[in-house]
Parts: sequence; C-alpha cells; structure tokens
Amino acid sequence: MHIPDGFLATPVWATLDVTAAPVVGYLARRAQRGLEQSKVPLLGVMGAFVFAAQMINFPVGMGTSGHLVGAALLAYTLGPAAAGVVLTAILAVQALVFQDGGILALGANVINMAIVGMLAGYLPYSLWGAGRWRRQAIFLGGFLSLLTSAVLALSELLLSGVAMPAAVLRISLGLFVISAVLEGAITLAIIQALASINPDFLRQPRSDGARTLGWIGVAAIFLAVAGVAIASAYPDGIQKLADATGISSQAKTLLRTPLADYQLGTMHSVWVRKAGAGLAGLSLIYGALLLGGKLLARKRGA
Amino acid sequence: MHHVVLDRWSRGGSALHRRDARAKTIAVLVFLIALGTAQRAFLPLSLFYLGILAAAILAAGLPIVAALKRAAVVLPFTAVFAAISLAAGEPMRAAALVGKSYLSALAVLVLVSTTPLPELLGGLERMGVPRYLLMVAQFLYRYLFVISEEAQHMRAALQAKSGTLKRTLWDRAKFGAAGRALGVLFARSYAHAEGIHQAMLARGFQGHFLTLSGRAFGRADAFFVAAALVIVVGARAAVEAWI
Amino acid sequence: MQPLVEVRDLRYQYDDGTVALDGVDFQLFPGETVAVLGANGSGKTTFVLHLNGLIMGKGSVTVCGMPVEPATLTHVRQKVGLVFQDSDNQLFMPTVLEDVAFGPLNLGLARDQAETRARDALAAVGMAHASSKAPYHLSAGEKKRVAIAGILAMNPEILVLDEPTTFLDPPGQNALVALLDELPQAKILVTHDVDCARALASRAVFFQKGKIAGEGPVQEVVARFNWDRISLQRPAGSRL
Ligand SMILES: Nc1ncnc2c1ncn2[C@@H]1O[C@H](COP(=O)(O)OP(=O)(O)O)[C@@H](O)[C@H]1O
Ligand SMILES: [Mg+2]
Repeated sequence: MHIPDGFLATPVWATLDVTAAPVVGYLARRAQRGLEQSKVPLLGVMGAFVFAAQMINFPVGMGTSGHLVGAALLAYTLGPAAAGVVLTAILAVQALVFQDGGILALGANVINMAIVGMLAGYLPYSLWGAGRWRRQAIFLGGFLSLLTSAVLALSELLLSGVAMPAAVLRISLGLFVISAVLEGAITLAIIQALASINPDFLRQPRSDGARTLGWIGVAAIFLAVAGVAIASAYPDGIQKLADATGISSQAKTLLRTPLADYQLGTMHSVWVRKAGAGLAGLSLIYGALLLGGKLLARKRGA
Repeated sequence: MHHVVLDRWSRGGSALHRRDARAKTIAVLVFLIALGTAQRAFLPLSLFYLGILAAAILAAGLPIVAALKRAAVVLPFTAVFAAISLAAGEPMRAAALVGKSYLSALAVLVLVSTTPLPELLGGLERMGVPRYLLMVAQFLYRYLFVISEEAQHMRAALQAKSGTLKRTLWDRAKFGAAGRALGVLFARSYAHAEGIHQAMLARGFQGHFLTLSGRAFGRADAFFVAAALVIVVGARAAVEAWI
Repeated sequence: MQPLVEVRDLRYQYDDGTVALDGVDFQLFPGETVAVLGANGSGKTTFVLHLNGLIMGKGSVTVCGMPVEPATLTHVRQKVGLVFQDSDNQLFMPTVLEDVAFGPLNLGLARDQAETRARDALAAVGMAHASSKAPYHLSAGEKKRVAIAGILAMNPEILVLDEPTTFLDPPGQNALVALLDELPQAKILVTHDVDCARALASRAVFFQKGKIAGEGPVQEVVARFNWDRISLQRPAGSRL
C-alpha cells in the first residue's frame, strides 16, 4: 500500500520524512560496507527484479491471484541493510516515475515497507532461519513484513484523521491478513525454488547484528500494533492523540523555540507564518542532516 | 510501457526541459508543501493549481490530455478513501483527498516528464541525497527494461503451460510453478548483475563512479525557482485572503 | 616477433567443480585476427575472461609482455578491450555518451578529454547521432556498436569480441563485419558464425572440452571439425 500525497497530515509526513532520512543514510553506509561499492549493480538489478516479479501472478484460486511484494525475500537474499536500500530505491522510482506513492509521503512509505516491514520480515528468519523451523520462519517473515507495513500505513492514515469506520477497519485488517498469508506463501515458494537452483543465494541468518536488528524488529512490530490501537482509540486523529498525550504542546514548543517569535512585518496571515516556520524548520533539519552526513563521511574516510 | 513514454517526453527541448533538475525539484517540493498543508478555500485553490500545472504542461509541449490521464493513476486508491469520507458525511475531506492526491501526482509527473531520470537523480545527488542510493536507483531503472522483458516471456510461458486459472480453491502445482519461474528470474537477474560487474571491471572500474559533468545552476534557474515560489505561495495567499 | 597475447597451459575450474579450461596454449600476433570456434560450453568465454584478468586460473597469461596478475590489471585492461556477448550487461550507464566515456574516465582522463574520446569513438562506429539516447532504446545492432565504441574509447591494442553477431539480423551482421574489418587492432573473435570468421580472420582455433583441439587457416579448421551449416544439414554420404 503506497500512500499518495494528500493523505497524511503535515506532522505525520514531516516526522516520518525526518525519521526515514538518517535511517536510509545509515542503511546505505552499512550496505556499502557489507557489499562493497562495486555491488551497486547487484542491488539495482535486484530492485528491477522485484518490479518485474510483480508481473508473475500466483494463482490463489477462485479465479484470483496475487503477486510478490518482496521485502522479506530481499532481506533473506541480500541481507537487511542492502534490502532496505533496494526497497527505498524501488519506492523512490515508483513515486517519481509511476506516481505510485507520494513524494512528501515517501518517508512514510519507506518507514512502512523498506525499514520496519523489511525488518519485521527479517526477524523470524534471523531467529529461526537456520533450525528445523526454517520453512515456518520464512513464511512467517513474509507474513509479518506485509502485515506490519499495511498496519503501519493504516495507523498513519488514522493518525492523519482519514475517516475509517470500525466496519471498514475490520475489513481492511482482514484483507491485510489474507495478503500477508499470500506473501508468506509466495516468499516460501520462491525461496524453495532458489535453494534448489543455488543455495548460495540465501544469506545465512544470524550474521553480525542480526540480534540487534531482531530487537529493532520486535520494537517495530510493537509500535505498529500500538499505533493501530491508539489510532483506533482516537479516531479523530492526531489532534486528539496529541492533546491526550501532551505530545503536541511539547512538540510545538520544541519545534517553535528557535522560530517562535520570529515574525516578519509582512507576514500577517497565520498560515504564512506557520508555513514559513515549517519551511525554515525543514531547511534547518535538512542542513543538519547534510552536515551530519558530511562529517560522518569524513570521519570514515580518515 | 509507462516509463518509455516518460523517457520520450523528458527529452523535449522546451524552456522547462532546459531548467536545472534542482530548480524543478525545489519548485515541485514547494508546490507539494503548499498544496499539502492547505486547509481553507480548498476548491478555488485546487482549480488555480490545476491551472498552473496545465500551463506548465502546455509550455513544455507535452500532450495535455495524455498527461492528465496519466496522473489519474492515483485515483483508484484515493476513490476508496474518498467514498468512505463521503459516507461518513465529510464531503470536503473527500474532495480534498481527491484534489490533493491528483494534483500532487500531476506535479510530480510534470517534473519527471520534463527531466530525464538520470538528470533528476544527478540533481538530487547535488542536493545531498546519498549517492549510493541514487546509483542503485539508476541501475534499477536501467535494468527494469531488461528484467521486465524476461518476466514477460516467463509469464507467457506460464500461461501457455497452465491455461487459464481454474476455479479451484488452491492449486499447489501452479503456485509452485510460479515460484519456480520467479526463482529462475532471480537467478538470471543475479547473472546479469555479475555480467555487469565484469563489464565494469573490464573497462577499468576501480570502485568509484566517475561521470561527465552535469549542468550548472544558472541565472535562469534561480529566476525559475523564485517565480515558482511567488506564484505557488502567492496564489495560496491570495485565494485564502480573498475567500 | 613478440606475441601480443601469450597463453601457456591455462587451466580453470569454476567453484561448482566444472573444469572449463584444461590446458590451453595460445598466441596472438600484432595485426592478426584469430577466430575462436567451438561448441557451446567448450570454454571460449572462460578463455577470453582470462585475457584481461576478470578470472585467473592456473598457467600463465601474458599481454604485451606483462604477466596478467593483480598488480598489472589496470594496464592489461587498457590494452585488451573486451566486448561481451550480452550488450545489455555492457551498457549500464544512463546515456550512450556517458557509457562510452565510462572507460576513459576510469583511465583517469579529465572530463572534457574523456568526452572528446567518447565522441570520437561513437563517430568511428557510426553512432554519433545517438549520444544522448538511453541504451535501452537502441536496436541490438546499435547496442553492439556502442559497446564497441566504449572499448575503442580506451585505445586498446587488442580487441576481444565474444559472439558479437549472435543477436543481430543478417544486415546487422554484415554491417558489423564491415565495421570490424576497418578497425586496425589485432582481434580475437569468438563466434559461431563461420562466414564472419572467414571474412575477418586469418586463422582459427577450435575449442573442445576446455582445450584447443585444432588450429590453422579458418577454412581448414571449419572443414576438419565439420563446423559449417551446410555440412551439418546434409547427410554425410551426399557431400560433394
Ligand atoms: N559461472 C559459472 N559457474 C560454473 N560453471 C560455469 C560458469 N560459467 C560457465 N560455466 C561452465 O563452464 C563451461 C565453459 O563455459 P563457457 O566458457 O561459457 O563456454 P562457451 O563460451 O564456449 O559456451 C561450461 O560447462 C559452463 O557450463
Ligand atoms: Mg560463451
């Protein structure tokens, strides 16, 4: 589920963009270290593979069919860091070239699918992928990756105040579970085919950092579930949630402090001020990220 | 295929095509933010914004009907939520969902159909997006054509073998056949990657991508960004002040 | 005369245990074009990958007097231009011009020099008009030309082409043969296309199960290994 622009409330997409950017930067550095720069073509071609794989239909019966989404599959074959980079590239190309998913919403989609969904898919594999529950772990990974992504997307929409009556919510969750089962089954079918072609295609689970990633995955799943629970408790969206938890006022002061009393004489209307402050805030964050990236790069280079 | 058309469009020679990728990216971001944060007077504003985008499409010499149709790919997704909002008695929210998602998609479409993707990615790199990620995206786009073609052959082969989908609940054999087809596609993609890697090494690749220089950000580009800012933000200020 | 390429007792085994080369001896002299013939899987591609050190087996490979080893790779790869069978793998940059400039840039040339070299090479293969196109919009024959330009832009002394005519239609094959005929470099031409070998090569070697089973003038090798299409189609008794 690729969220288009226009669906998410500004605080939601802005927060997720700002969260996603450094995580993607980290994953890119990690993938680069793990696979060396020259493996860029491998990641690119694998991204193209995931795109193209969606043309192959898996018959599910009753004349319907589904197709691969691929987050877990990529995590098993390329490792989580490289998988995150590939998935981010896929989402970026989908948003830019195919207008599938928004640009401002890119951070949300990246968090949902390329980061949290992918990690949730990797988690069971990293824990049980080597033992006798291997097949179950692979299936569960596909299942969890899709379910987590979908539930996260849903909770973000709810947080943004998109109306969703309880009945619709139940139906969506039901559909998500079905798609998740399908993703698990498809992932397992492909992994089995791959293992018979060349077992080296699969990375050994529990390489360094798997455990940490596993815990991040657990936390992510927890957050996703909590998100839906909270969001359904506060169907009117972020405002109520924010008021209820008091986050809103804190966030506002946090965001505003440097810019709060900064008023240009000409800026009469409230939104111009707000938008101006928002834009300035974004520029500040952008500058900080850029600087941080440069410093990190220099430190690594030295 | 969709991206082939975009490729053709993006190689035009209009003034908009000639602007630096960074200038157009900034302009589109400003547009998306101004549109995305709009709450009041949404209908007149979206009409005005549609006008801006239509003018840009015409100025770029792109076929307007085809472009408007292409951006409609977001509508099926949006329609579901708009319908729910309507049913929940929130017609304005429904209209906003449709308007915002459609206009946002159209704005991005204008960007990518006046900027070849490599140039766009180059611009993003100079704006600080990690190069590694952009290189992956570039290879992804390049090999989309190659791998999709192979996937199409496989799909044809699968269909020829299995006929139409039966109305059974679960067909293990067919499911497995699709899985094997994708396994083979995966292996072939891997082999492509190996071949590309060898071809890169054969031409002296030493671990760093070196490219011919990109365009410079000129005065016209700065003017373009300023104009876009004034028009986009000004339009919203004017509409909201007026209504 | 010193050979440009000298290979002695080359052996190579893939990770999965396949013995692809089983003692190959080979020489290429300045100015000559050698056709490499042989069945699919006989080791031709594995052989040419050794010529610029993409894989390294047992035995010795010497290029322009340099042994091919990690320390000499940069120089070897500048001397030996390898045109791969699948042009799609070779043309990975977003535009034709950038792709052709990839090699010169890696050689350390300044950007404007690299661009000049790329444009000259494109002109030499008759593809100057396509410089700003994306490689995937080209026909198979055009892709092959651009791939060759990408090699020529590095100024190699030896051209190695792995089945260059495979994906081309007959006019494309003829045009390619004409182009290759004009290029002055010494060439190693892996091919199944006997007409192409006859037109370009002064000599042929025949690969069989990882060994060179025979060599000599193209026509002789072709006849000895029954490697012509006609001879495959007619029953043995009816041969003239
Ligand atoms: N990457 C590889 N891994 C394992 N075996 C390979 C690989 N590439 C080629 N082979 C095997 O090595 C042998 C020689 O292959 P190749 O050099 O490609 O032959 P040719 O180019 O003459 O068709 C064949 O048996 C082939 O199956
Ligand atoms: Mg071969």
